[in-house]
Amino acid sequence: MIKRTKIGVLAFQGDVTEHVLATEHALKQLHLTGQVTPVRTKAAILKLDALIIPGGESTVLYALCERAGMVDEMKKIPYIFGTCAGAILLSHRLKHTAPGQKTLGLMNITVDRNAYGAQTESFEKNILTPFGQMRSVFIRAPRIVKIGPGVTKLIQDGEEILACEQNKNGTYYLAASFHPELTTTKIHEYFLKKVFSK
Amino acid sequence: MSTIKGTFKLKSGLAQMLKGGVIMDVTTVEQAKIAEAAGAVAVMALERIPADIRADGGVARMSDPKMIQEIKRAVTIPVMAKCRIGHFVEAQVLETLKVDLVDESEVLTPADEEYHIEKTKFTVPFVCGARNLGEALRRINEGAAMIRTKGEAGSGNIVEAVRHMRAVLGGITELHELYRAKKTSAFTQKAKEYRVPVALVKTTAALGKLPVVHFTAGGIATPADAALCMQFGMDGVFVGSGIFKSSHPEKLAKAIVEAVAHFDDAKLIAKVSENLGEPMKGLEIEKLDVRLAGRGSN
Repeated sequence: MIKRTKIGVLAFQGDVTEHVLATEHALKQLHLTGQVTPVRTKAAILKLDALIIPGGESTVLYALCERAGMVDEMKKIPYIFGTCAGAILLSHRLKHTAPGQKTLGLMNITVDRNAYGAQTESFEKNILTPFGQMRSVFIRAPRIVKIGPGVTKLIQDGEEILACEQNKNGTYYLAASFHPELTTTKIHEYFLKKVFSK
Repeated sequence: MSTIKGTFKLKSGLAQMLKGGVIMDVTTVEQAKIAEAAGAVAVMALERIPADIRADGGVARMSDPKMIQEIKRAVTIPVMAKCRIGHFVEAQVLETLKVDLVDESEVLTPADEEYHIEKTKFTVPFVCGARNLGEALRRINEGAAMIRTKGEAGSGNIVEAVRHMRAVLGGITELHELYRAKKTSAFTQKAKEYRVPVALVKTTAALGKLPVVHFTAGGIATPADAALCMQFGMDGVFVGSGIFKSSHPEKLAKAIVEAVAHFDDAKLIAKVSENLGEPMKGLEIEKLDVRLAGRGSN
């Protein structure tokens, strides 16, 4: 039996269906076969080849992972892609945290939560990326304020790093401060190419 | 390159990020902190929870801006606040205060019995209540970025929430079946009945769900109540009086968050429902002096 590549979307909270649809669409674009599943349990996490952490509330996402007892297992997944709250969960250092807030701490980056302010400051704009021009949506978005050794910029707009990646010791992590899942499948395609290249 | 704010994509996008979450009513900084620690996806800042508004009587209005700002400073999650139906100046004030989402709510005393707020003009997103599909679509047409079925706020009784969820979902199923049977001519009649553009009816019919995020509210008092709403297919829940009218708010708040995240796991719901103490007492709907849900149904 051929083992199908399993991509999970952390499904406790946030724009889960948007990521599932974007990933399925990206697989089709690339003519790849994989299984995309929403995941909520430790048992489901253990079966994954790759994980996507959606946009949502980072405090809620981490708390529910912790209560489900699956944080250690998540850290063992070789490929992880996080957008907005997902980028916060991947980060090693965090600014403007809620009391006692923790992250997975997998990427050598510093992220500032709600860096642009309240919802009325949320914005969208066109950005230039290695994948062409792209509409980008920032909703109560965090800002990637610093990247450490081992991390490379992937998308930059002026001084701001909007997406970055870390490829180290057989693991690959990708973080975006905005929501590509709401406007494009290009970043999902890029992530899937990494997952299927192993 | 140019930046745009206040688009519908951004407004409905915030609601999308709240999916799978529990939004909790809070009246003090302490309660807001408890809600955040328990895993609330957002808090609704208000002076009195619906059960007390019901008990106190009189005109219920927007909360004191100072109180809203104090809660905003106390937590890092989104903060929402309520304005009266049709009271666009209260909404302007809340937007100036930079609340993340405005609830044009029947829980407060309506300011306009004919019109709701023209919500497309605002940068801040709105959530509005609905008892049936017609109400939901009218609110979306006015620019609501999120819908919540009304239920009966402050009752601690889930029966009205169930009635309203069934009504909205039943209306959508009817449209979706017309769409699948290619009876598109029926949409004109439906649009007339619902008093909305035909295009909105068509979109809803094709999607088989509301075109915006769909939460439920009004009467949720236990983890099982919350999971029930999720199994109906709701995107998330508002819990008003239920949490801080119970004997162990911290524990109950946490339990409801878990029940929503694992809504189809009865074993887990059983576990988190253990030893929660006294839930909110609750009221029988027939015995209520004031029914809030009927407000703003036009």
